[in-house]
Amino acid sequence: MSTTLSDVIDHLAGIEPGSHLDTLRAQRLQARENAQKSYLALFEPEYPGTVTALERYAVATFVAGLHRQQTVLDFYRAALLRLDRPDVAELIDAEIARASVRGPYGRYPKGPLSAEDRDGPDYRVLSGYEEILGTRLRAALEHAHLLVFRPRDASPAALQKLLDAGWSTTDIVTLSQLVAFLSFQIRVVAGLRAVAAEPAHDAADLDRGPAFAGLLASGTV
Amino acid sequence: MSEQTLSYPDNHEPVAFTQEELGWLPWLEPFPADQLTERHWAGLVDASRAKSPYFLLLARDPDILQARTKTDKDIFYNTKDGLPRAERELAATATSRVNGCIYCASVHSRFATQYSKRGADVQRLLDEGDGVDIDSRWNAVIAASVALTKTPHEFGSEQVRDLRKAGLGDLEIVDVINGSAFFNWANRLMLSLGEPTLPAKHA
Repeated sequence: MSTTLSDVIDHLAGIEPGSHLDTLRAQRLQARENAQKSYLALFEPEYPGTVTALERYAVATFVAGLHRQQTVLDFYRAALLRLDRPDVAELIDAEIARASVRGPYGRYPKGPLSAEDRDGPDYRVLSGYEEILGTRLRAALEHAHLLVFRPRDASPAALQKLLDAGWSTTDIVTLSQLVAFLSFQIRVVAGLRAVAAEPAHDAADLDRGPAFAGLLASGTV
Repeated sequence: MSEQTLSYPDNHEPVAFTQEELGWLPWLEPFPADQLTERHWAGLVDASRAKSPYFLLLARDPDILQARTKTDKDIFYNTKDGLPRAERELAATATSRVNGCIYCASVHSRFATQYSKRGADVQRLLDEGDGVDIDSRWNAVIAASVALTKTPHEFGSEQVRDLRKAGLGDLEIVDVINGSAFFNWANRLMLSLGEPTLPAKHA
């Protein structure tokens, strides 16, 4: 299951070594390296505990699909298929189509912010899928939808559903980190792609930069 | 017999966005502080975080916590050649405002105020939300964070162009993207694993 990719965000954002974006990311090296370590901690964990690879990749495929990010979806779906569960992958494809809405929505604690409450669906996996998904994965997909689209609707009751479905407290921390991390990774990829796609008006400045630095270094200014 | 969540029927939850200092109460049992191993301490990164129920809860999976914390620190503290800290905190605040994380918004709006000395402008973002009109540079940072925070995201060439027009270089734009993206991570943990609480004087 091990990936040979040295940096998943670079891979997903199409960043080539030596490119403008590569140079920018290199200036935030600790963030870049630890975003990768975060990916590894969640998807190739040294201590996986009781959260299975199938659960991790199935939830990731669902979350990437809900964000409508095809490149990211393809990446996690391919990993899910390598686990030899095409039945789960197909079911998740269907659920992505059923569950896709626009967020964030949800409710605030009653008060002045109630005017900003926005209603939206409380997603449930289609009944009858339990045999393929199992109780745990079914509950995880429903919770992932809550985290992706309406995090402000979260509640102890939502966590209790996970506990009742067989997720331990520690498993829930891992699941929550996984969904929340993907919310980060997907946006970094999208943001970097947008920057790369918009030719820099300051390209001239970038070209001037090193030359100007050279002048400074030579002491001629 | 499954485990149980924690609940706080007497908690006074804040009902508005604020720059005041709030507390946070976990809905799941944090890892017991007296049982922390070396791996947990490594996950916490700063020993002082062992006093926080939030970080003790996250310490149940220490490896992802460690990588997350180090990502966080570089995105917010490494300002070399990039976006000033104040505007990173502004991106974090705008993101938290959109997602509805009153706790996260309180912490990072205080930082935005501390580093910018523009507490009234920061408060307007909290009060008025994502449509607030402050100045071209802050508007561009806020609008970019808002667009990136929607699901599916709405961040594209328009936001990149507006950030450049407002004077941001590409490394600064990457700092905005990282700051907002990171708070999409943080907001989801804070909102879903516990609840904010008002300081004692309000209770």
